[in-house]
Amino acid sequence: MDIETDPFIMCKGCHRRSRKSQWESHYYTCPVCGKLKNISAPYRLSIILDSGSMKVANTGISSDDPLDFPGYRGKLKEAEEKTGLKETAVTAVGKISGVKSVVIVLDSRFFMGSMSQACGEKITRAIEYAGRHKLPLIIFSASGGARMQEGMFSLWQMAKTADAVEQFSRDGGLYISVLTHPTTGGVTASFATLGDITLAEPGALIGFAGPRVIEQTIGKKLPKGFQRAEYLYEHGFIDAIVPRDELKATITRILMLHGFKTAGGSNGR
Amino acid sequence: MVDKILELVSKTDQQIAEAKQALTELNGDAVGQEYYDKQDELRHLEGLRSDLLEQCRDLEPEDHVYIARFSGRPHITDFIDALFTDFFEIRGDHLYDNDEAIYGGIALYHGMPVTVLGHRKGKNLEENMRCRFGMPSPEGYRKAMSMFSEAEKFNRPVITFIDTPGAYPGMEAEAHGQGEAIARSLAMMSHLKVPVISVVTGEGNSGGALALSVANRLLMLEYAVYSVLSPEGFCSILFKDTSRKKEACSLMHLTADDMYKDKMADEIIAEPAGGASSDPVSVYDALDKAIERNLKELVRMSPRELVADRHRKFRKI
Repeated sequence: MDIETDPFIMCKGCHRRSRKSQWESHYYTCPVCGKLKNISAPYRLSIILDSGSMKVANTGISSDDPLDFPGYRGKLKEAEEKTGLKETAVTAVGKISGVKSVVIVLDSRFFMGSMSQACGEKITRAIEYAGRHKLPLIIFSASGGARMQEGMFSLWQMAKTADAVEQFSRDGGLYISVLTHPTTGGVTASFATLGDITLAEPGALIGFAGPRVIEQTIGKKLPKGFQRAEYLYEHGFIDAIVPRDELKATITRILMLHGFKTAGGSNGR
Repeated sequence: MVDKILELVSKTDQQIAEAKQALTELNGDAVGQEYYDKQDELRHLEGLRSDLLEQCRDLEPEDHVYIARFSGRPHITDFIDALFTDFFEIRGDHLYDNDEAIYGGIALYHGMPVTVLGHRKGKNLEENMRCRFGMPSPEGYRKAMSMFSEAEKFNRPVITFIDTPGAYPGMEAEAHGQGEAIARSLAMMSHLKVPVISVVTGEGNSGGALALSVANRLLMLEYAVYSVLSPEGFCSILFKDTSRKKEACSLMHLTADDMYKDKMADEIIAEPAGGASSDPVSVYDALDKAIERNLKELVRMSPRELVADRHRKFRKI
């Protein structure tokens, strides 16, 4: 293979270059140092769901501009063109090792994964769907927090999604929350931390307040590793930190432990 | 603009108090010229005060933010004293700590036992420090949650008062699960089987405010504000320029009027010119009437209806 079909991609962690094909075979985990690259929602779905089983839902919902915020519509259009997505959240129904599930993925490339009214609506609908059809719910969070350009309409989504998760939970549904880099702000303070089981990817930044805001408040630098997945794991807020290539197998095992009939313990695509 | 006026008002208030004091002292003597002069001075000062307050009409959203944060504004302890009787404080999360930024307990409201709680900023520097200026830690939200579940157990309506710059952004708060504590409070409030009324009395910022305001009825004082983030934080994130606060305040739809038009606030409680601090008693009266009326409607609902009513309020946005 040559450079054109298989270019080098640099790791932001160790600054070493590896071939695209090597990155891909490790699900975009650096072949040298193990640092994860952020991945798109469609790619995430492709490595979690059984091939050919995916149906993407709620694609008609896109952001409004409730505050008539200057420049916002233009930025939304840019984000749409850049990512091919209409919103931060992609909601899908598909099979994980044979188990029909509802999977929601937040794409950090779209407005830094921030929660808009449309994003909250998609998430809520997907949770409600999972509840109605008694399907397990898996949410991969990645978010900078609230969508500032939508003001209170964005903040409201925290209550709306938390309400939906609570109802889903009271109806006996299984919700596996997977926290990926970065999960902060209003997403951390709503559905993302309400899972029955909480997993995280290695090294993911997870917190409510952003590190910069904390540093400004306390007037000193934060220690290395603060608010990382490993830190939260130590403090008892995460059940397991799971490398990307073991995620599907781990989720499969959790589904199996909750009585779902899984097809083996496959961790393949 | 309003900041300078309110400063002058409080200076005038002080002079009025002094003049009144002087009059009381003079009253003991035979009434003479000095007494009449003082009376004139008092009349003049009172005229000046109302002229000043008259200037506080047609305010900009930025002025609302100033009034909402004004230190002379009534705080949760004032509202509890004015509207409730037999208040019994509930302290601590019974897990780790007592967060002073959230204050509450059980009290009687028109003879009915209720749970009342909210953010507490403190009224002087010493209290401000203890209460972290009303910025709660996870322990505060967990204390609130234990009050919510007790309220549900004993079928007490819940009334919350919202006034916070946001949840505390500190290392310990993060290590103790600030995000999860807020999330759990949202989830729990959304399903409470008792009536919930929230009153935004000052500033309601971010998830730290929302965590106590998943209510059947959201009331806002006329100059209270509610926003996704403090206008200063909003500026630094979106504009990378904190000098554009005035513009941010106008864009954010944060006034009570905006919140009502955007169908998130259910009712606005009128305030006197210059805000609640210029005549707190009139605000207590108006608020009391509004809470009583809303509560009367809510206590007639079944637990199931209450949860459904709250769900609709948040689901529609």
